[in-house]
Amino acid sequence: MGPVYILWLRQVKRYLRSRARVLGSLGQPLLLLFALGFGFGPTFEKAGGGNYIQFLAPGIIAMGILFTALFSGIEILWDRKFGFLKETLVAPVPRLLIVLGRTLGGATIAMFQGAIVFTVCLVAGFRVEDLSMLPAAFAFMVLIAIAFTAVGTIFGSVLEDMQAFPVIMNFMVMPLFFFSGAIFPLKGLPKALTAATSINPLTYGVDGLRGALTHGPAFGLGLDFAVLGVFAGILLVVGSYFFSRIEL
Amino acid sequence: MTAAKPDMITVRDLTKTFGDFRAVDQISFSVPAGKIFGFLGPNGAGKTTTIKMLTTILKPSGGTILVDGHDPVASPHEVRRSIGIVFQDPSLDDELTAFENMELHAVLYGLPREGRREKIDEFLRFVELLDRRDDIVEKFSGGMLRRLELARALLHEPQVLFLDEPTAGLDPQTRNHIWSYIQSLSKEHGTTVFFTTHYMEEADRVAEEIAIIDHGKIVARGAPEKLKEEAKAKTLEDAFITLTGHSIREEEASALDSMRNMRKMWKKRR
Repeated sequence: MGPVYILWLRQVKRYLRSRARVLGSLGQPLLLLFALGFGFGPTFEKAGGGNYIQFLAPGIIAMGILFTALFSGIEILWDRKFGFLKETLVAPVPRLLIVLGRTLGGATIAMFQGAIVFTVCLVAGFRVEDLSMLPAAFAFMVLIAIAFTAVGTIFGSVLEDMQAFPVIMNFMVMPLFFFSGAIFPLKGLPKALTAATSINPLTYGVDGLRGALTHGPAFGLGLDFAVLGVFAGILLVVGSYFFSRIEL
Repeated sequence: MTAAKPDMITVRDLTKTFGDFRAVDQISFSVPAGKIFGFLGPNGAGKTTTIKMLTTILKPSGGTILVDGHDPVASPHEVRRSIGIVFQDPSLDDELTAFENMELHAVLYGLPREGRREKIDEFLRFVELLDRRDDIVEKFSGGMLRRLELARALLHEPQVLFLDEPTAGLDPQTRNHIWSYIQSLSKEHGTTVFFTTHYMEEADRVAEEIAIIDHGKIVARGAPEKLKEEAKAKTLEDAFITLTGHSIREEEASALDSMRNMRKMWKKRR
């Protein structure tokens, strides 16, 4: 497990040394929190939905994790172009351990970002309804982080074009976010939208997180956990497969 | 006659094709244990492709390789444990310190925790970087980077050291230093060294044996003196040109240079 740990530690150290990276990937979630939260708040309340920040915050936390997790894949491209990937790939270590270390590192950083967004949400007026449910919320954050870091690993392994990566990731972030029930309740949607939300893994993450933090999950925490867990497992396997096929 | 030393590297009919292009075409050679072996050739001759196959990065299209008794295709991890590599391009993490880069390598190669620090310090001292131990690598000059890479490649005490153009782009002082490290290593530890370079006077001075590759085939082999004699040339450079011709080789430029520029811009933006 030494190699997994040291590669995990590398990611964490790099993250902690780059304040620009921390702030940069907070921008989008915070913008959405303030624009949507305070913009739609009064309308949402009038329509009988209750406090909108209370509804929106879990979605924004999930978004913060999603954004950082997906973009962690670009580190594979950097490492490939600037040589460090070679150092790890010619070491006498199975690639599975290398990709595991990298993915856990990326997921941990996504968790850090999620924790920062969480804190900002608290400042913006979000309240956790049942503190004893925090461990469950933490578990959902971990699953979201792992699942989407694995997606980042898949794209980071397959793409060789440094400019294509952010374009494709931006293309994915928005639909994943908008069709996840992060900003609107899932009940009573048009059929097409229901279909889109139910195949989106993030939907179950947002629902689980919301359920744990404020009650009222649409699907039930057990189902959310199972679906997201299976998704995360599959994506991890697929990510490892593509990473193991990288040629220098 | 004294008994010949066992061979550290044995290559038979090694071939690598990329589509129709034969980058390496049925080459055979061996490197005796403990020797400093120079692998020379013009750009695009097949040097780096050969090194990549010897170091388990690339799978051969045909032929066999043994490095320290192991086949890089069948048992890559055994080969990887036996070899140390300094790549043509830098392969350090420039956001970590010198020590952290070394530590990462030590853990990847399974060096025991006990005595790890001392060993890292010992090799940093060997390349005269001990005083920069806790500095972020990003601030290092080209020569310092290369020395650090050398120290890192030696950390797990490999049987064979592969150096792909280890002195390219460095000033004469640093080049001299690098070669003196390598020579003392060969003398004191009996490490086998396999290197490529475009500086013929370096190869002449350092290599005990040389192979010249051109168009994917080995065109000459032997000690530098022997090659000069055969080509009736005064210097190895003249012998090299006699053997490989005067025409300039067009090598397809990789996208790497433009990538490097992009990265600089990216870093400024962050």
